[in-house]
Amino acid sequence: MIIRILGAGQYDVADAHLDELNALDERLNTAVQADDGAAFGQELRGLLAAVRRLGTALPDDALTASDLVIPDEDADLAQVRALLRDDGLIPG
Amino acid sequence: MLFRIKANKALDRAEDPREVLDYSYERQVEMLAKVRRGVADVATSRKRLELQVGQLQASADKLTGQAQQALTIGREDLAREALTRKQAALAQLADLRAQRDGLAGEEAKLTLAAQRLQAKVEAFRTRKETIKATYTAAEAQTRIGEAVSGISEEMSDVGLAMQRAEDKTAQMQSRAAAIDELLASGALDDATAPGGARDDIQAALDTQRGAAGIDAELATMKGQLAAAPDRAAIDAEPAAKAIAAPGAGQETKS
Repeated sequence: MIIRILGAGQYDVADAHLDELNALDERLNTAVQADDGAAFGQELRGLLAAVRRLGTALPDDALTASDLVIPDEDADLAQVRALLRDDGLIPG
Repeated sequence: MLFRIKANKALDRAEDPREVLDYSYERQVEMLAKVRRGVADVATSRKRLELQVGQLQASADKLTGQAQQALTIGREDLAREALTRKQAALAQLADLRAQRDGLAGEEAKLTLAAQRLQAKVEAFRTRKETIKATYTAAEAQTRIGEAVSGISEEMSDVGLAMQRAEDKTAQMQSRAAAIDELLASGALDDATAPGGARDDIQAALDTQRGAAGIDAELATMKGQLAAAPDRAAIDAEPAAKAIAAPGAGQETKS
C-alpha cells in the first residue's frame, strides 16, 4: 500500500503491517475525538515514525497515486479533522 | 482517490487522450517554476531575519558595553538600566531566532518538494513521449490515467506546502517590517520602551564624560573674552560698514 506523508513524499508499506498502523491510527483517532492537542501531536508523530520505519520511500521519479495520505508533524488538530474519515486515517 | 477521479474526468473530455499528456505537462512545468520562486521568496525572508538577528545582537552587545562603562564611572543606576534593556533585547532576539529557524525549516522542506516534483516532471515527460510513440489513442488511456494521477497528487501536495510557506512568509514579513522600523528609529537601544527614539543611556554617559572637557573649554573662552573686551567691539564695526561699502570693510580687516 502506498502512503503519502504530506510534504515528505511517498512510502510503500507492506500490507502485513496494516494491523500495527491501524492500532496507532486508533489511538490518534481517540486523541482527535477527545480534542486533546498534546496527545494528538504525540500519536501523530508515532504514526509517522511507524510509516517511515515500516515503509520504503518511493524514488522521487515514481509516478504512483497513493492509497492514503497522512499529514506531517506540523499539522494541527483542525487541519487533520478536515482530512479524517470516520474510521481514522487508515481505512479498515 | 479524489485525484484519480479528477484525472479520469479530464481524460474522458479529451478527444484524443494523448492530448491530456501535453496539457498536464505544461501545468507541471508551470508549477515547478512557481515552487522555485516560492523557495527563493522564503530564502529572501529568512535572510532578512538573519540580518535583523545580527542587528539585535549588536544592540545587546552595545548595551553590555554601556553597562560596563557606567560601572567604571560609578553610575550603577545607569548600568542597571542598560542591563534591563539588554534583557528585553535578548528576549526579542530569542523570539526572532525561533522564527528564523521555523522559516529555514520551511525553506528546506520546499527545496526537497521542488526536487521531488522536478524528478517526477522529468519522469512524466519521458513516459509521455513513450506513450505517444507506442500506443494508439485507445490503448493509451489507462497508462495516461496512471501517470497523470500520480503526478497530480504530487502537485496538490506541493501546492499545500507552497501555501503554508507563503502564509508563514507573509506573517514574517509584517513582523520583520515592524522590527526594521524599530531598528531604524534607534528604539531597540531602549528595548523597554519601544517607540522611544533616543539612546538616553549613551547620552547620560556622554554628558558625564564630556562635562570636564566642556567646563575647561568654557573657562578658556571666558578668559579670552575678559582679556579682550574692546577687540569684540572693533571687529563688529567694520562688519557693519561692509554691508554699505564692501571695499572699505575689506581694507579695515587686512
